[in-house]
Amino acid sequence: MSTKKEEDFDTRLSGDENANAQGGESKTKWYKRLRKGITTSTADKKETPEGLWSKCPECNYICTTTELRENLYVCPKCNYHHRIGSDDYFDILFDNGEYTALYDEITSKDFLGFTDLKPYQKRLDEIHSKTDLKDSMRVAAGTANGKALVVACMDFEFIGGSLGSVMGEKFSRAVDYCLEHRLPYLVISKSGGARMMESAFSLMQLAKTSGKLALLSDAGLPYISLLTDPTFGGISASFGMLGDLNIAEPGALIGFAGPRVIKETIKKDLPPGFQRSEFLLEHGFLDFIADRKSLKDKLSQLIELLQH
Amino acid sequence: MPQYPNRQFLDFEQPIRELYEQIEENKRLAEKNSKVDYKSIIQQLEDAIIEKRKEITERLTPWQRVQLSRHPDRPYTLKYIDKMSTNFVELHGDRNVKDDKAMVGGFASLDGQTVMFIGQQKGINTKARQMRNFGMANPEGYRKALRLMKLAEKFGKPVVTLIDTPGAYPGLEAEERGQGEAIAKNIYEMVRLKVPIICCIIGEGASGGALGIGVGDKILMMENTWYTVISPESCSSILWRSWDKKEVAAEQLRLTAKDMKGFGLIDEIVPEPIGGAHWDYSEAASILKSHILRSLEELKQIPAEQRMNYRIDKFSKMGFWNEEPEAVGQTEKA
Ligand SMILES: [Zn+2]
Repeated sequence: MSTKKEEDFDTRLSGDENANAQGGESKTKWYKRLRKGITTSTADKKETPEGLWSKCPECNYICTTTELRENLYVCPKCNYHHRIGSDDYFDILFDNGEYTALYDEITSKDFLGFTDLKPYQKRLDEIHSKTDLKDSMRVAAGTANGKALVVACMDFEFIGGSLGSVMGEKFSRAVDYCLEHRLPYLVISKSGGARMMESAFSLMQLAKTSGKLALLSDAGLPYISLLTDPTFGGISASFGMLGDLNIAEPGALIGFAGPRVIKETIKKDLPPGFQRSEFLLEHGFLDFIADRKSLKDKLSQLIELLQH
Repeated sequence: MPQYPNRQFLDFEQPIRELYEQIEENKRLAEKNSKVDYKSIIQQLEDAIIEKRKEITERLTPWQRVQLSRHPDRPYTLKYIDKMSTNFVELHGDRNVKDDKAMVGGFASLDGQTVMFIGQQKGINTKARQMRNFGMANPEGYRKALRLMKLAEKFGKPVVTLIDTPGAYPGLEAEERGQGEAIAKNIYEMVRLKVPIICCIIGEGASGGALGIGVGDKILMMENTWYTVISPESCSSILWRSWDKKEVAAEQLRLTAKDMKGFGLIDEIVPEPIGGAHWDYSEAASILKSHILRSLEELKQIPAEQRMNYRIDKFSKMGFWNEEPEAVGQTEKA
């Protein structure tokens, strides 16, 4: 499959076609390039100088990737929140960037022998060879401003952050961990929805994770759902919207159906700002919108309030 | 069910239409000529129809199974409720926004015991199809369903859901009113509802729209239905980037009742009349009813607390994965 086609696949999953239509690169591609710029050696960087500079897709502001990273991947000029991965969120949230990674040994399996344009197993192998990611969700335990918590965070880079058996199982074990150690649970969502290659097994993760959340609730432990750009489908139809607190990053696209599908259904253009965090807040589905820079402080403040 | 010539035929049912046409032809001839024994010819043709119905359903592809689940003559939720129960009182509205006509429900008596029926409803003609929004509920439909489930819980009555939807409605207002949240809340509440819940896929079981009334103690699937995370058409469009691969997608998704039972994702397959539920509504309803009654008996024996724990456990076990150093996972492939 060509890179272009992979791109299409990601953008379709996220309902993010405008990025390409406007001639810009997609947010996922941007992130892949950014990571490459950061992780490659200095020698390699000389060959790819464009990796050192980054242009904001919202306001075209140009800054160095170092400056952007120091600003937690938020545009210094317009506050646009770039898409980032679990590594970055763990760094941002956990004190001194220290945490214990949990359940990394659980990986996806092609139980159904699913083949679309390529076999599911091949898709998995390819991603495993290209990135360090094991699957679309990572779980970690640590402290934020001294407050202990468990964080489960999705990686959009891994098949669009899709919800499959592995995410369901890691989510569930993270709940078990919270129950055992009496810890609050934060889930950071960033996903196009279901992992279609796991068919009905993927769908059943909605019920599986909800069952686990019921146990967490019975134990009186807080569950905070942080929605980031983009969060669609099965995630918003399950644990994404089931937080004791539902919060989101600014400007994130969040919804059940993707914008493309809605547009095709109603045969009308969608109003500006539709399905953005601010839209969801206005319609009563979020408790508040959290800037990435204040996220850690807000979280620890909330945990403090709930525990005392 | 509609009788010929009002009966509708899918492409692979055309040989049956031809047999009906022959019967009509022979009836016409019989009127003109009383000397020939047309009665036995017609009887033979009628037997051939039954034989054909059997033959066709014996070798259906997954895609044909999907087609059958959408058969225009197929019985819908209200038909099953009517045929299975007495004293049905339909209840309306979510007490908040409106009454969603794609989702119906109410108390009824099932052989003397009161149950709460809830299900998506499709329309039986063009006008009704629009009124029912093709069985695609809005958030208020899911909230109405939840209100009725809570009502059943309050009065200690079991819940029976009949699932038949091409999906939750992907509309602008649906998003404004929180389609995702509505479905999420239902799934969450169904996990811990204190009364027995029996769910049955009677037609299309498409994704979150189906699961939004699909979490229960017993999940039944009628023989010619499908249940998975996405319709074969949408799956084809996303994964194959073309609308033409729906047949392949239907195969790859393993969405039939037999597959689902094999995976342990559903509990029982409910057989249908020969050729499909659309050939005999009464028989289809009576088979379904016997399965529901049997499940109810079984579930009533279990204390409520235990039943909820079983429910959570059952869904917790669903999934497959590798785990180093040794591979662990769900039950082995059937
Ligand atoms: Zn900017």
